[in-house]
Amino acid sequence: MLDFILRRLAQSILVLAVMSLLVFISVYAIGNPIDMLLSPDADQLERARTIAAFGLDKPLWQQYFIFIQQASSGDLGRSFSFGTPALGLILERLPATLELAICAIVIAIALGIPLGLWAGLRPNSWSGKSIMAVSILGFSLPTFWVGLMLIMVFAVQLGWLPSGGRGETTLLFGVPVSFLTLDGLQHLLLPAFNLALFNIALVIRLTRAGAQEALLQDYVKFARAKGLRNGRIIGVHVLKNILIPIVTVIALQFGSIIAFAIVTESVFAWPGMGKLIIDSIRVLDRPVIVAYLMLIVVLFIFINLVVDVVYSMLDPRVRLSDARGG
Amino acid sequence: MFGFKRKNLSALALVGALACSASLMMQSALAADLKIGLSADVSSLDPHYLNIAPNVAFSAHIFDALLNVDANGKLVPGLATSWRAVDATTWEFKLRRGVKFHDGSDFTADDVIFSLDRPAKLTNSPGPFTAYTKQIVAKKIVDPYTVRLTTTAPYGPLTLDMSAVFIVSKKAADKAGTDDFNSGKALIGTGPYKFISFKRGDRIEVARNDQYWGGKSDWDKVTFRIITNSAPRLAALLSGDVDAIEGVPTADLSRLKNNAKFSFAQKISWRTIFWELDQAAGPARYVTDKAGKPLPKNPLADVRVRQAISKAINRQALVERTMEGLAVPASNIVSPGIFGYNDALKVEAYDPEGAKNLLAQAGYPNGFAMTIHGPNDRYINDEQVVQTVAQFLNRIGIQTKVETLPLSVYFAKARAGEFSMSLLGWGTLAGDFGLRTLVGTPNAESGWGSWNWGKYSNPAVDKLIAASLSSVDQNKREVFAKDAAAVALRDYAVVPLHHQYATWALRKGLKYTARTDEFTFAHQFHPE
Repeated sequence: MLDFILRRLAQSILVLAVMSLLVFISVYAIGNPIDMLLSPDADQLERARTIAAFGLDKPLWQQYFIFIQQASSGDLGRSFSFGTPALGLILERLPATLELAICAIVIAIALGIPLGLWAGLRPNSWSGKSIMAVSILGFSLPTFWVGLMLIMVFAVQLGWLPSGGRGETTLLFGVPVSFLTLDGLQHLLLPAFNLALFNIALVIRLTRAGAQEALLQDYVKFARAKGLRNGRIIGVHVLKNILIPIVTVIALQFGSIIAFAIVTESVFAWPGMGKLIIDSIRVLDRPVIVAYLMLIVVLFIFINLVVDVVYSMLDPRVRLSDARGG
Repeated sequence: MFGFKRKNLSALALVGALACSASLMMQSALAADLKIGLSADVSSLDPHYLNIAPNVAFSAHIFDALLNVDANGKLVPGLATSWRAVDATTWEFKLRRGVKFHDGSDFTADDVIFSLDRPAKLTNSPGPFTAYTKQIVAKKIVDPYTVRLTTTAPYGPLTLDMSAVFIVSKKAADKAGTDDFNSGKALIGTGPYKFISFKRGDRIEVARNDQYWGGKSDWDKVTFRIITNSAPRLAALLSGDVDAIEGVPTADLSRLKNNAKFSFAQKISWRTIFWELDQAAGPARYVTDKAGKPLPKNPLADVRVRQAISKAINRQALVERTMEGLAVPASNIVSPGIFGYNDALKVEAYDPEGAKNLLAQAGYPNGFAMTIHGPNDRYINDEQVVQTVAQFLNRIGIQTKVETLPLSVYFAKARAGEFSMSLLGWGTLAGDFGLRTLVGTPNAESGWGSWNWGKYSNPAVDKLIAASLSSVDQNKREVFAKDAAAVALRDYAVVPLHHQYATWALRKGLKYTARTDEFTFAHQFHPE
């Protein structure tokens, strides 16, 4: 297994290099960040001097080479607009996004699996049918619209919850988290639910389909014939066998939520990485864009690795090898 | 994509807002706390790191400059109580006595010299403040409360420059870097508020400075919430999470006005929206004949064609319909009331027949084809403005196509001189400043014309601008500035379109002194 993990890591370094080169070229092609940040009152000499101070007058390959040199010693550069190290800037925002994503996934699992099982076991009851009907809404309603409606109902009309922003934070192992205070939880609830909505629907559908399929299998019939309790059949035998696709999808969704929580973060003014990356792209803040995308690549590689390991634990037939890919 | 979504967001937000406004709950804020929703992120708290509007607006709460700018864009005493030109190249500033920094230390001439030196020392700034300090070649302390500044050549706008550089405490900032400002350690000023906390991208909190020389603020504590998306910002106001917001979405404004729980503050902004026209003699890249073949020469180089374009635009209809009443037609490149605004210039009358005649006289009786450009995420309804103007041009026989781009791409191409007719917005507090940059003959050495995309060049205009900039007598200076504007606009160096309104929405019971420079200052909010 160690061998497998090491080979995966080597591959990921190659991915990182290719990705950073692509970002470099694309930002270079769009325009010059100094044009976005320099005061309009500045004259041409000042513009030239500022561009030179940031090394942006050098040919692209030289800029990239300098970046690679610094990156190999762990320095991803300073943000142009914030003036602080790009990686630090992203890591500062990471806890907020991570907290939101984890809450959303927990909500998706906690609601999705029971509801999906229920719908799978009683496909023809009115409750099963209405669960499926509502899950279609979860798929089809756009996130930003649902987010605004949540704000309108719970913040503006009822006044129960705040309309946005992150609440009071406390330090947990040195990381600022907001789910430990009442104020923080209140701020967290709406955005987390908004982000979870699509995934709840996804998990419901996967669980239902898996459960219906599993119920027809011989081992379930055998278990029933053996006289096992219904709860044990479903809770252990059925659930365990339908978990693999669910784990895959949840893990990939988790990555997407972290990387692309942008819509929810901007609707709820949540100070996470999504908002940072949008603002950075707008002003062509290249160090932040590169560092962010590199972090996301690392994250996805890590998630895929975890998924493979979890597979092998759920299903003893699965062996870790590169042939499976990820 | 984002622009489109945002617009829909705000429209939806409004539908929801109106539906629920009957049961709207107003949590009245604590008596002396104020929460403001800001529309743009403050990227750094170092007042000399990056010269962009959101950062400058925040710095003005913690720091003062030698001169402050009032709501109408006029210079008023700040940390300097009076100033005068001793001779053509020397300015003397008398400093305010008895002013204390937030840490209790005294404000003196040392802090002024230190602060004016600092922008040039920050070599890692992508948007330095050196544009305002580089004219000064010598700084002299006459006594602890008198400073003399010497410029290379006679330079009239020095007082304006001095309103743009914030004065920091030498003691606190001497060895401090930008990070020390962000942590609050070096964030020691003389301004109306003291720093409490900064959560990047989320909120900034400040507390009243009871020792403030300019009169105490009405608020014990002010929280700035960063809500860059306009629909959630409006929702935050509706739900009572914030007491006031800047940058109210236009689509919601007219209907929100009927809601008795909110009030508004509005003022004509310093930002003028106008067209830059490529005036090079050779063929223009985006101008062709109607069959799409290149023209031998650039029609826009002919002043009659530029005038025809100006006459073709119905500015009144544009501001009423496209801008939804949030603009006034423009005749100048600075806003009314700004230094150098020329009253004698009148808004171009809508005259499509006259425009057609001018085109015929210029040798284009059947018009030509052109692609016009604009940003789609910068100015109020910018994309729609470009489309509207294209329609007007079609009516006089100029077959017009529209292309709009995100700002980051747009500015890069525009500065490279790629466009034939392109939209630009400009805010300045002095006419000669704006003219130098927008219509002065481009020249890297003099630093003129750095935003003169159309490459307009007229020695007479250059001479008038130079005369204005070098007049230390402000009355003479304004006459030159007005004359320069008149000559340049008679040449249709640019085609002014409109001045935007800046809008704030507040909960009932608050009032705000709306500012022409669009800044949101907590100390100018007052309970009614």
